[in-house]
Amino acid sequence: MSKAISKSPWVVHFNCNSCNGCDIEFLACLTPTYDVERFGVLHVGNPKHADVLVVTGSVNLRNRHVLKNVYDQMPDPKVVVAMGICPATGGIFADCYNVVGGVGSVIPVDVHVPGCPPRPEAMMDGIIEAVGILEKKRKGEAVDPPLLPVKTVKGPEAPPVTPEMAAKIAAAKAAAEAKKAAEKEN
Amino acid sequence: MELLDKIGSYCLHTPWLYALLVLIAAPVAGALLTGIDRKLTARMQGRMGPPLLQPFYDTVKLFCKSPMVLHRPQLIYATLHLVFMMAALLLLAQGRDLLMVLFVQAFSVICLVLGGMSVRSPYSWIGSQRKIMQMLGVEPVFLLMIVALYLRDGSFLGSDLFAKGQPLLPSMPLLFLAFLCAVAIEFEKSPFDLASSHHAHQEIVKGVTLEYSGPFLGLIEIAHFYEIAFFFGLMMAFWHTNIIIGFLLASAGMTFMTILDNSFARLTPHWMLRFMWTVPLSMALANLIWLWVK
Ligand code: SF4
Repeated sequence: MSKAISKSPWVVHFNCNSCNGCDIEFLACLTPTYDVERFGVLHVGNPKHADVLVVTGSVNLRNRHVLKNVYDQMPDPKVVVAMGICPATGGIFADCYNVVGGVGSVIPVDVHVPGCPPRPEAMMDGIIEAVGILEKKRKGEAVDPPLLPVKTVKGPEAPPVTPEMAAKIAAAKAAAEAKKAAEKEN
Repeated sequence: MELLDKIGSYCLHTPWLYALLVLIAAPVAGALLTGIDRKLTARMQGRMGPPLLQPFYDTVKLFCKSPMVLHRPQLIYATLHLVFMMAALLLLAQGRDLLMVLFVQAFSVICLVLGGMSVRSPYSWIGSQRKIMQMLGVEPVFLLMIVALYLRDGSFLGSDLFAKGQPLLPSMPLLFLAFLCAVAIEFEKSPFDLASSHHAHQEIVKGVTLEYSGPFLGLIEIAHFYEIAFFFGLMMAFWHTNIIIGFLLASAGMTFMTILDNSFARLTPHWMLRFMWTVPLSMALANLIWLWVK
């Protein structure tokens, strides 16, 4: 019984507030290149038939009720996969006046797939991960809450400037100024 | 070998055992055919496709889900849909009156329509209305087919038909083609997949079965497997004198259906009705007139 549930995850895809980048990548999973149907995944349009809810985009004041409604219509056992960084933390929309935050603030999330947008391979990986959780839920076992992806907005620190580099920079500046002066004279 | 023969003939001549065998074997065969169909479709689209046993996993999974219903009549309609489909298959397998078989099968579809109409979702309503249109397109062809059988053999009984030594296909080739179109509609294949298509769930969100979930959707899936076995059996009946040729004929019919499914886009219900009432119906009529004149 549990084996059957892990072999036939039907997915309903809900676009919350996304920029459509994640949606396009998710639909790419269905194409012959990735062919997610070989895992038994069926892309259904109806939450009542679905086992996995895939959410893309952040939650705002308007669509949180819709999201909750879609989630409530799915029969148990069910899992939620948050695709991209938007449904994890709000992503680049986090500071918008109408954005509530990640999907986790409205419904329980089981898997976070990081990326902006994640690659289709990562998305398929996330669904397979979710299927394992689905099987656990069916057996009534406890599941761990997922880790939020680590936020890395800033890049790594710039390396310290060595004397040779300083000399090079000065030479480049001097060359640029000389070029400018030459252009003025012409 | 002798023992096997004995067991075989015992099963065939004990009505309840025979009925039980048919009722168990039919959905298994239907699910396998669906699996082959999905695999073939995937190969035609250049994909790997789901495993062959995927329909079994899907159905078992549906029965693992928690039951959710809107109201009780919905359940009754789903169950009746399955029960009538089983009855139609049994009547066919026992060689009863073919008109009766046709009506029971039609009633089973009507139950599905009633179930779809009993909820307030607009998509479910659209799906049900399209299902009715499909029945309007399909039933005349089936009826003409049975009338043609009567013209040929002078009996409506399936068992009389099986007793005759002549295969049906040479005397009704046009009717077979019309019948294939009708079966494509019953199987929800493109370009006729209007009411609840299997591959594209997006247009009317699965139409008639929209409000069913979990085990009750499972009942409808099983009914669909019975339906597939039912029509596979009917296609085999076109060459009933030799079971191997009959099987090949029915397999060719199923392959044709898959190719049709993959090479056409979905068209409108009105187009379907216009098509069914012109091309297949006139083919069936021509065949009928030919049989009558002969
Ligand atoms: S994670 Fe990136 S690609 Fe995905 S919806 Fe948000 S902004 Fe768009």
